[in-house]
Amino acid sequence: MNDLIYNLAQGWERWISSFLPAWLVTLIDDLLIVVALLLLVILFVLAFIWLERKLVARLQDRTGPNRVGPYGLFQPIADTLKLLAKEVITPDGADKAVYNLAPVLVVFGPLMGLGVLPLGVHLIGADLNIGIFFVMALGSVSEIAVLMAGWSSNNKYALLGAFRAVAQLISYEVPMVLAVLAVVIMTGSMSMQSIVKAQNPLMFLIVMPTAFVVYFLSANAEMARTPFDLLEAESELIAGYHIEYSGMKFAMFYLAEYINLFVLGGVATTLFLGGWGGPFVDKVPLLGTFYFLAKDLLMVALWMWIRGTFPRFRIDHMLSFAWKVLVPVGVVLVLLTGFVVWLTNDYWLQLAILLPGNLVTLWVALELLGRDARKSGERDKRLALA
Amino acid sequence: MFLSLAFAILSIFTLVCALGVVTARSVFHAALFLIGAFFGVAGLYVLLEAEFLAAAQVMVYVGAVSILIIFAIMLSRGYGAEGEAGNNPQWGWAAAISGLLFLTLAVAMRKVAWPVVAAPVPKDAIAQIGAGFVGQYMVPFEVASVLLLVALVGAIVIARER
Amino acid sequence: MFIHQYTFIGILALVALLFGPITIILGLLLGPRKPNPVKNSTYECGLQTIGDTWVRFRAQYYLFALIFVVFDVEAIFLLPWAVAYHKLGLVALVDAAIFILILVLGLVYAWVKDALEWW
Repeated sequence: MNDLIYNLAQGWERWISSFLPAWLVTLIDDLLIVVALLLLVILFVLAFIWLERKLVARLQDRTGPNRVGPYGLFQPIADTLKLLAKEVITPDGADKAVYNLAPVLVVFGPLMGLGVLPLGVHLIGADLNIGIFFVMALGSVSEIAVLMAGWSSNNKYALLGAFRAVAQLISYEVPMVLAVLAVVIMTGSMSMQSIVKAQNPLMFLIVMPTAFVVYFLSANAEMARTPFDLLEAESELIAGYHIEYSGMKFAMFYLAEYINLFVLGGVATTLFLGGWGGPFVDKVPLLGTFYFLAKDLLMVALWMWIRGTFPRFRIDHMLSFAWKVLVPVGVVLVLLTGFVVWLTNDYWLQLAILLPGNLVTLWVALELLGRDARKSGERDKRLALA
Repeated sequence: MFLSLAFAILSIFTLVCALGVVTARSVFHAALFLIGAFFGVAGLYVLLEAEFLAAAQVMVYVGAVSILIIFAIMLSRGYGAEGEAGNNPQWGWAAAISGLLFLTLAVAMRKVAWPVVAAPVPKDAIAQIGAGFVGQYMVPFEVASVLLLVALVGAIVIARER
Repeated sequence: MFIHQYTFIGILALVALLFGPITIILGLLLGPRKPNPVKNSTYECGLQTIGDTWVRFRAQYYLFALIFVVFDVEAIFLLPWAVAYHKLGLVALVDAAIFILILVLGLVYAWVKDALEWW
């Protein structure tokens, strides 16, 4: 009972192996795991859609959806049915093959990331040696899908939106990889389960909080959510690169964003919040899954909270922030972590140097940012008065 | 047995995409076929148990170089780059020389006794690559960074003519 | 073990690729089909499209992609270094520090030469 899911899986495996050849067993098992992952993520996506609208509504002092079902809980289902029943319009002059391929590819990247999330002590799709690298590599596939969507729509606003979107996505990929590098140096492996197990006494959040901040902000930009959602700013570019998509094709872009939320939240949980670790996990491994999902939910709620609170960034501010602030901080963190790991093997000594080092880096970065903001504020004031 | 099937599927996919690159009507389509070919090659790397290389291929080629190529296409041609499939009058000669090249390569590949490594891929292959970067291949490692710096500076000098 | 992991990835890839078309086709079957020229024309704030659909593509966009390629390759080089780092000595740290600093030099150059501005 303590490890319910795993034991069920083992029992099923034993039963089905008794009368089917090995390769067929592998095939069926893999298919079942994939379907289970898909169902799990769809369930969570529906929950996220509801959570986002309710949370942002409450932050803006209004109620949010409350008609469809108790507390509006069935709103996402209503939304899905609406999108399913919409007419799918393909604009004139759109490049049909590319136009139809883009929504398929945009949801491909995040879905692949699901396969390496460590959902429990023994529950992971495939504990690849390159676990975390796999997720990041497939995240970069979505950038191509965005370009394809923008180009094939035969609409100059879509194309402009696509350029900006790609510039933003690639600019924030670098700090994300640097933050992950710091974690990998501490762990000595890229495999997701190893990273979770390496956070034994303390989560990496406490050991390197600045790396967490860098990752959190970069992931926020990678998902193109507020405050980095210039690309679909209703008042600026209408809907950016997916203007010309309607019905289920638009739903794919929408879905991809929420699946990405789940996956990047899961990655943040694995890297910094200790994954499935928590009290009593060794006795009752089933708790591990619960801890992981709860931490994932916490990260997602944090992102939604930020969405409801901050105004949008301008594109040049956004890109400057990535290259001039996050990348230098990331580089400093990587060098610092490397230095500390070389210096000593003792865990507590490492912590004693890394934690203050991280906080000092964060403080210096904020100081420099503040000074620069004041300077440019004075410059703008001078220009306005001149 | 499944490995052979997977290899067959991946090679056919890569070859079809490669063919698409040279025969596509519009340059943008050619770029997309190239991306498909990159994916196929990544799959082939996985079949060779070089998982790090496969992920690096996807991240750098599909995620960065393809975007660079597409941006370069847009920069040089503008939007709506519909060209005709090359109506090249010398295609006969080109076909003949390509065929000859193919025959030469095929014969050469059959005749060479390729050394087959019997040892399986080590479990800590990635760590060995890392150790190689610092040990045996330190100079290429540093030279790579200098090369990247040169490329960066060169591009900025050329592009930022104000 | 390895093969088993990647068969799972392969099956996941197949299902992920099919997920898109299947849901879209579902939508196509369930939705109405009434094309008319106004609906099919491209969107430009409700007005007719004026002028050619050609956007001026500036070299600045290309520079961002190039800087990204350079840093992406740097990250690829640093990942195996990070994995092997535990077992290596001071040489590894100095090596990587030189590598990173050369590329940071590139970033500083780009910063000073205004290559990181969007306008």
